[in-house]
Amino acid sequence: MRTALILLFLLAVAAIPGSLLPQRSLSQSQVTAYFSDHPDLAKVFDALYLFDVFSSPWFAAIYLLLFISLIGCVVPRAIEHGRAVFAAPPPAPRHLHRLPDNRTLPTDLDAAAALDVVEEELRVRRFRVVRRDGKHGPELSAEKGFLKETGNVVFHLALLALLLGLAGGKLWGYEGSILVTEGERFCNTFQQYDNHREGAFVDPADMTPLCVTLDDFQAQYEDNLTAASFTADIDYGLAGSATRNTTIGVNSPLRVDGDRVYVTGHGFSPVFDVTFANGDSFTDISAPFLPTETRTMSSEGAVKFPDVPGSDTQLALQGLFAPTGSVTGGLLTSIDPRPLDPQVAVFVYEGYLGLDSGLPQNVYSIDQTQLERGTLQQVGQANLKVGESTTLDDGTVITFSGIKEFAAMQLSHDPGQLWVLGAAVAVLVGLLGMLLLRRERVFARASGGTDGAGTVVGIGALTRGSADTAPRFTALTDDVAAALARRTRSEEKPSS
Amino acid sequence: MTDETLAALSDTLFSIAVGLYSLAVVAYCAELAFGGRTAPARELVAAGGGAPALPATPATSADEEPARARRWGMVAMGLTVLGALVQAGVLITRGMATGRLPWGNMYEFGTAVVLVAVVVYLVLAVKTPALRHIGVFVLGPVVLAMVGIGLFLYASAGPLVAALRSAWLAVHVTTAILGFGIFFVSGIASVMYLVRSRYEAKVAAGEAPLSRIVHRLPTAAALDRTAHRTAVFGFPIWTFAVIAGAIWAESAWGRFWGWDPKETWAFIAWVVYAAYLHARTTAGWRGRPSAWVNVVGLGVMVFNLLYVNMVSTGLHSYGGLK
Ligand code: HEM
Repeated sequence: MRTALILLFLLAVAAIPGSLLPQRSLSQSQVTAYFSDHPDLAKVFDALYLFDVFSSPWFAAIYLLLFISLIGCVVPRAIEHGRAVFAAPPPAPRHLHRLPDNRTLPTDLDAAAALDVVEEELRVRRFRVVRRDGKHGPELSAEKGFLKETGNVVFHLALLALLLGLAGGKLWGYEGSILVTEGERFCNTFQQYDNHREGAFVDPADMTPLCVTLDDFQAQYEDNLTAASFTADIDYGLAGSATRNTTIGVNSPLRVDGDRVYVTGHGFSPVFDVTFANGDSFTDISAPFLPTETRTMSSEGAVKFPDVPGSDTQLALQGLFAPTGSVTGGLLTSIDPRPLDPQVAVFVYEGYLGLDSGLPQNVYSIDQTQLERGTLQQVGQANLKVGESTTLDDGTVITFSGIKEFAAMQLSHDPGQLWVLGAAVAVLVGLLGMLLLRRERVFARASGGTDGAGTVVGIGALTRGSADTAPRFTALTDDVAAALARRTRSEEKPSS
Repeated sequence: MTDETLAALSDTLFSIAVGLYSLAVVAYCAELAFGGRTAPARELVAAGGGAPALPATPATSADEEPARARRWGMVAMGLTVLGALVQAGVLITRGMATGRLPWGNMYEFGTAVVLVAVVVYLVLAVKTPALRHIGVFVLGPVVLAMVGIGLFLYASAGPLVAALRSAWLAVHVTTAILGFGIFFVSGIASVMYLVRSRYEAKVAAGEAPLSRIVHRLPTAAALDRTAHRTAVFGFPIWTFAVIAGAIWAESAWGRFWGWDPKETWAFIAWVVYAAYLHARTTAGWRGRPSAWVNVVGLGVMVFNLLYVNMVSTGLHSYGGLK
């Protein structure tokens, strides 16, 4: 038990760096920032898994040890408790007056009759009572409150179940996230997700073939621009079968057969039309711009044109999007998260985008190394409202033709989830039983009175659990005393 | 009344509550100052060299206290009750002004936690009069907390962000407030226990420093019992709050547990309190060591509220701080 508690403590201590240092599982960009701020320290920390605390080998080791030690102490305990439920209460200790609560009651009844009275009072209080003929006279042992120990066993077994459920959910669970523009659709395969994370035992072939189309996204705001609700109208269904329509939103995901689909964020995709000098054109080209500030939805992103007709040079736009723009001193800022007056401030680049360089690229910005090398050059810059265009020196016309909304969506699969919930509820129930109930043992022994005439009943009690036992014991023994007196009188009556 | 006047009234009530609590602190100080001048010496002599050098029943000092001290004590209690009522008014008017549960940001959360702590203290003090004497040590931190909340956490009355519009706000945050408020009193009882038990040890060793104020505190045993009982009460509530938080997180954030800083520290607090309850029944840890664990627990709770909301960035950043 002590080992388990120490390990649990160790788990808590091990969690601390995970909350103080940026974690890859929570924010890759913060980890990257940490690396550029403290390059040397970051390398050391990284070697120690301090940016992946919760998936580190040492965290897993503590977890596993805790698990083993819990099994080691809870299983024998549960078995012992199972036996105790059917076993008789233990014999009375020799010296009842050494128990924390004790009292002696004189009576005129003989020993057996006196213990009958005690037994009756205890049975009324739902004690299990055993009578024995002990070495020091007839005695009685009584016990109640097994549920306290049951609560203890339930609590610790549930803790074990909880750890199992957590681990199982991690190993067989996965999640994927993707930005979906209105009108687009995604299906539940790792190829489609922008980001995904999966447990070691996930078989991609077993993933539910669920597909989701985002029909419409809506954000609503209060007068003071506090976000009031985000809702997404979606069509969903298994690939190849009919779809159903529903609306999901913050706090209300779609739940289908162990998979859940969430809206975790939203943003805007500015739409551009590009007409080249030779008359070729692209229309309705858009890319999601990521919100950099949720209060005003000021967003940043890039649109790339790797295949410019009739030319080897590639084209890209990078810049800022403001759903409600305001330009001061040539600088565009957003003043409202609603798309009341969408504007973009874009830089136009021509040259080599480096998309086929083999290195992974950030889709939300252009490749800085190409800029530094001079293989990509800025050829224009403009602040545009919807419908406005800018013309480059080579005659290319770029038009900001409108906006679309996108939703950040996430599909999660965690088979351990319900199991963990059940275990957590059991932990709580066991805890309440263990903390609020008490186990009481009462012992009594009748012996001949010192003057040879009357009988003396000694009663003692031992309580585990809540503190104030004295009043309960006094109430019990007062009742016994009263019953003894009553019995004596009623027996005397006929004889007198 | 319009929402604006209600919100302004709420802010005014906040200041009044701070004022009443400050007056209560003064009254508690007066109570301690006028406490028996000669009583300590007499009792200590009577107690002789026995192990429990001071009366074991917590009620003793209340019975023997001079009338003047008792009057101040009653005034202090009255001010505290009044302060609690006014502070409840702060939350009620906020709730009316915003048309929602008044715990949607750190300011409101902190105010509610402090209110729970004051109410827990009052209940204890009414049930066990000797516990009234820790009043200044409860109300002192309460005033400090209120001033800090008012200065640094204040957020004007406003609507909830979308993520908080859920029935789970009522379940998760309400229980977190209850748990925190109860642990607050429990932690203070343990601090007082640490002070008092050292005093008793010194008295028993014959180095009697005879501090009048410490002498007026409830006995170490009573303080330890109070700390334990409140923690036993708070622990299942805290457990429930964490579980409810996990259930909410499943529908709000896409997973029920993700080691977000707030979640991590809630877990740490849970473990520390579990350790406290265990320590108290473990040989070698009874008494002062376990009391220290309880104090660490309170430290973790406060850290989780302040540091995690204000310094680190996580999903729980609804603090309303810019
Ligand atoms: C694995 C072996 C463990 C055993 C055999 C064990 C045994 C016990 C026992 C005997 C009690 C009752 C204490 C008393 O006499 O009042 C108890 C209480 C408790 N246990 Fe454990 N424990 C174990 C691990 C843990 C762990 C890992 C936790 C983690 C939280 C924990 C949390 C608690 C709590 C909160 C209580 C209530 C304390 C109280 O009743 O005063 N236990 N445990």
